[in-house]
Amino acid sequence: MNMPLDPADLHDCRDAFTSTLEALAAANSDIVAVCNDSVGSSKLGGFREKFPSRLINVGIAEQNMVGVGAGLANGGKLPFVCAASPFLTGRALEQIKADVAYSQANVKLVGISSGMAYGELGPTHHSIEDFAWIRALPGVPVIAPADRIETAAAVRWAADHDGPCFLRLSRVGVPDILPHDHVFELGKSNVLMEGGDITLIANGVLTHRALAAATLLEDRGLSARVLNMACVRPIDAEAIVQAASDTAAILTCEEHTIFGGLGSAVAEVVVDECPVPMKRLGVPGVFAHTASANRLLDDFGMSPEGIANSALELIDRKG
Amino acid sequence: MEAHDLRAIANRMRRRDLHAVYEAGAGHIGGEMSVTDLLTALYFHIMNVNPLEPRDPNRDRMVLSKGHAALALYVVLAEKGFIPKEELSTFLKPHSRLNGHPNCVKVPGVETNTGPLGHGLPVAVGMAKAAKLNGQRWRTFVIVGDGEMQEGSNWEAIMAAAQFELDNLTLIIDHNGLQQGARLAETNNIAPLAPKLNAFGWKVEEIDGHDMDQICKAVSVETTSKGKPKCVIAQTTKGQGISFMSDNVAWHHKVPNHEQFEQAMKELEEAANEYAP
Ligand SMILES: Cc1ncc(C[n+]2csc(CCOP(=O)(O)OP(=O)(O)O)c2C)c(N)n1
Ligand SMILES: [Mg+2]
Repeated sequence: MNMPLDPADLHDCRDAFTSTLEALAAANSDIVAVCNDSVGSSKLGGFREKFPSRLINVGIAEQNMVGVGAGLANGGKLPFVCAASPFLTGRALEQIKADVAYSQANVKLVGISSGMAYGELGPTHHSIEDFAWIRALPGVPVIAPADRIETAAAVRWAADHDGPCFLRLSRVGVPDILPHDHVFELGKSNVLMEGGDITLIANGVLTHRALAAATLLEDRGLSARVLNMACVRPIDAEAIVQAASDTAAILTCEEHTIFGGLGSAVAEVVVDECPVPMKRLGVPGVFAHTASANRLLDDFGMSPEGIANSALELIDRKG
Repeated sequence: MEAHDLRAIANRMRRRDLHAVYEAGAGHIGGEMSVTDLLTALYFHIMNVNPLEPRDPNRDRMVLSKGHAALALYVVLAEKGFIPKEELSTFLKPHSRLNGHPNCVKVPGVETNTGPLGHGLPVAVGMAKAAKLNGQRWRTFVIVGDGEMQEGSNWEAIMAAAQFELDNLTLIIDHNGLQQGARLAETNNIAPLAPKLNAFGWKVEEIDGHDMDQICKAVSVETTSKGKPKCVIAQTTKGQGISFMSDNVAWHHKVPNHEQFEQAMKELEEAANEYAP
């Protein structure tokens, strides 16, 4: 990706997650963290130091981890269950379905290093199915913040929200995007850039790439609306319908398979309510080759140039 | 092969592993050093495998369930001739077949994909059961980490293997006492393992997992027991062979800097001199 990004301006959203969690936990003694030998990778070292008895490490046992989380919620605790996203969502999917979603347990599922953050470690460690899996379950909001500000806001929201949710975090550095006073609202997207020729919808680590793509389009005299859509469920249908009617073309970008994720959720609204030309960028239904996370996004057509090119094709299709 | 020669091979495997981790800038070096002697004994003394016919139906099977130590398997497969030795320098590079966890679709000699812990043993049970159904004599070996034994799926497989009387299955537990973030004892202490496996109906043997004579004997067909799966609890040291990595949880997934690399290589080369012919 040839974006001029200074590493000093890129932030690992896990840090915002844990610092916010620690602040909330200082005020609410019911907050506990549950993990699977992932104190380091979930950045829970500080939490453990401050609240040793409230860090519940079940060992390498994800099904047990989610079940224990549900039991803690039943006992009046407010558990944040944290693990690498592939193992949290894939391994413990039935526990998430039966013990958390169906039982409406007040468990906050926190998928760490989701998407293709684990790059070269390969497809076993990629979590590019988690939107689809969790989105299929009733009553579990699916949230992929775009930067550290939205991460912190979403964590605060999750702690207040009475019910389960799934926060999907990355470890790949992203720049600050949202305003510092941003307040997270469930099912509400944010217009980051106004435009009339096309709408780019993205979340997670794709949002800043979509913004860069919009800038490239501007250089070509085209204006793109950029929507940051952290919530894959509930989806912001109103903003999608508005985008379809204002720009008549929608391009989605996500660090997820194109089968069942953000693009699919947007397409469901478009098909039902406002058919316009649309394209979904994401992992095209393959197990990824060996490469770093950022390189994989580029290879799958999601560099700013790749996104801009897809946007141009789509604008052409509008006729 | 003589134990002396096996030790020399294992030393060479450790040096190649260290080199590839250093070059790639990533790798689970602690767990690789811990498992290298076990892999060496299996591939160079015990198992019947043929790089020219990697899918020979009568081959012995080996599943590296602790897939994060993939590189230790890659260096052994390269030494055996399953993949070119030069290819090791592509470890983790864009489009390499050699990613951080072994892929059986791409890499000859790999039997099943691992990486998420707790998958290898159930698959190995299926392999061993197939050999029984086929009336074939090949054996199945599976290596798991000790932290990995916290996964419930392993215990489901342990019950199944005993029920199926899979005496053609050997489970080797790489018992180095460390997991990702801490000691097992501080996390979820599943030790002692031997009485648990015994209670589940397995034949159990505890050995020094860095002693070639003990390893070779414990995994030999002569020491299996009719009607019972066998578990070898290999007492190992994470980071074995490199002083500053030994038994140090920090080296679960970490890359040596230049000085550390030189120091580690020096120690391994000094050890190699002992095995020089
Ligand atoms: C299902 C699953 N959960 C978590 C992990 C992350 N992880 C990779 S290695 C590891 C520690 C493994 O410890 P152990 O089995 O003792 O292996 P060793 O000490 O030999 O490296 C963990 C937790 C994983 N790969 N799979
Ligand atoms: Mg271990």
